[in-house]
Amino acid sequence: MTAVPDIEFRAVTKRYGAVTAVSGIDLAIPPSAFVALLGPSGCGKTTCLRMIGGFEQPSEGQVLIRGRDMAGTPPYRRPVNMVFQQYALFPHLDVEENISYGLRQARPRLSSRQISQRAGEALSMVQLAGYGRRKIHELSGGQQQRVALARALVNKPAVLLLDEPLAALDKKLRTDMQIELQNLQREIGITFVLVTHDQEEALSMSDFVCVMNGGRVVQLGQPSEIYDEPANLFVADFVGKTNLLSGKVAGLSGGLVDVALADGTVIAARKRVPLSRGEAVSVSLRPESLSLSAPGGGSLKGIVRNRIFLGSTAEYAIEVQGIGSLLAKADHVIGQGNLFKPGEPVAIGFAAGAPLAFPHTKNNGTNQREDQNAEIVS
Amino acid sequence: MRGSLFRKNLVTTLLLAPAALWLVIFLVLPFIAIAIFSVGERAPEGGYQAALTFAQYANLPARATAFWNTMVLAPIGALACLLVAYPVAYYLALRAPDRWRLILLAMIVIPFWTSLLMRTYAWMYILGGRGIPALLAYVGIEDLRLINTPGAVLLGIVYGYLPLMILPIYVSLERLDRRLLEASADLGATPLSTFLGVTLRLSLPGVMTGFSLVMILLLGEYLIPTLLGGGKVFFIGNALVDLFLQSRNWPFGSAIAITLVLVSVVVLIIANRISTRLSGARRVDLI
Repeated sequence: MTAVPDIEFRAVTKRYGAVTAVSGIDLAIPPSAFVALLGPSGCGKTTCLRMIGGFEQPSEGQVLIRGRDMAGTPPYRRPVNMVFQQYALFPHLDVEENISYGLRQARPRLSSRQISQRAGEALSMVQLAGYGRRKIHELSGGQQQRVALARALVNKPAVLLLDEPLAALDKKLRTDMQIELQNLQREIGITFVLVTHDQEEALSMSDFVCVMNGGRVVQLGQPSEIYDEPANLFVADFVGKTNLLSGKVAGLSGGLVDVALADGTVIAARKRVPLSRGEAVSVSLRPESLSLSAPGGGSLKGIVRNRIFLGSTAEYAIEVQGIGSLLAKADHVIGQGNLFKPGEPVAIGFAAGAPLAFPHTKNNGTNQREDQNAEIVS
Repeated sequence: MRGSLFRKNLVTTLLLAPAALWLVIFLVLPFIAIAIFSVGERAPEGGYQAALTFAQYANLPARATAFWNTMVLAPIGALACLLVAYPVAYYLALRAPDRWRLILLAMIVIPFWTSLLMRTYAWMYILGGRGIPALLAYVGIEDLRLINTPGAVLLGIVYGYLPLMILPIYVSLERLDRRLLEASADLGATPLSTFLGVTLRLSLPGVMTGFSLVMILLLGEYLIPTLLGGGKVFFIGNALVDLFLQSRNWPFGSAIAITLVLVSVVVLIIANRISTRLSGARRVDLI
């Protein structure tokens, strides 16, 4: 990418007293992209967003917007706008006054005709034409969300920042807004930076996902990359559902490793980092990559404990002797009664490339999430 | 159903009864008595004599000076209080470090533990001949009179009523959603525009509460003009004391009292209207 990135972090660190919220992040967000900063609470994603907005100053390093260092530039002089968590709409102003708030601050001043025209356009953009004179408290959550969007976008920012914008909405509305946000971003063509702890939201809306943990960027990539090729155990576990099986490296053959699982079964797995013989590893197996069949074939044998029928798919919790409980997901085909019942023995198989082995270290392990929660404030 | 509803009503009635009884005996009945007195006549030996006349109200201009002083100094006093109180409340609510806030708030409230009489009395000495004027005489500023002037009364008012102004403003600023300030800055507003467009606007209910509270108390103020105004700056409160206790003209005093109550009610209504309109709030807390 040769174009100047809309947002660039250069070795950015942010400390609050003894607590390090963000440590040494380098990140370039390409122009006109929908980017999600994804991570558990306390991973530093909100701090990053607030540093772009100018509400926090980095302790070290630089934040650049369209190639300009923003050090010392207050929020009101930055070419970005934010959609706040719970919207932060002005309760004493009506919808149109909220939306035109930013336009009224513009210097040189805009004429009142320009202001009302642009506010009107922004209202129709978020499908709220005719709501201009409503009070904020008269609007539903979804409508308030749209007002917050219009209030930010009407200023034609270089980058739109969204801080958990959908967290307060119910599930149905959230799905609608996800599609609407995606459409808006394509229409306007500016960069959207979305902060979320909801991996589904991040994967479904954005062009790029930046997974963060413990104040660092763990992986930056397209949603499918993040899901299919997680950089480490944390990403594999945090993004999407997965089964983690612990074992030891029994042998190396070409690009694959043979992993001996706890029950003695040896399976071939792909790897992301070099592994050595005898090393303790965790193998990630996505539920949808498991296939169930009648006893006889397959790599592993188990007994169905629970069945969760979801319409198009069914999820099974399967007890495997010596390994534990595995989650499997199977497509449901109408008319084929291939549903396994609780108590039934099954054989579990998987495609050759499906298992992915990671070194089993504490550093990128799954239990680190809880540790981080305890010590870092968001 | 009917029985339980009846019991619920009974409980409500019993709970409200003491307060209602108190208000009827000590507020409503005296008010009615005063209203009746105000259309009566002064008995030859003083006090009240039944009659139906509006002569007392027609005579109000006789005390125009007291009305004038009150109507001018009460709003000015409340305004002066406001100008001093707002920055203090702002600092306490938005700038003061958390661990200092409670201590600072306590320091504002603690003077209340001493009687206003004592504190105002102290001001008599500070402003009197042997106080500040004596000190100023050392540096060559002679013949400065501070005590018994409208300025002294104003100073006493600001001093005495400041906490009543600070606290409601502090409460409204404390409740202010800080993210609104960030949103305002994010939308390009300079700190000054943010203050005028968001902070001040949203703290107006507190401002109006403090203002009407101080204003109404000032309309009936008696102590401060007596001590610091020395009988030269006369408030309605002083006129009432004079009429009821000295010249024993109860009907005229009652007419003045009724007029004062009406003025207070009007002030309250106007203040309420303004703050409701400006802040967009649906509800205004009066205390």
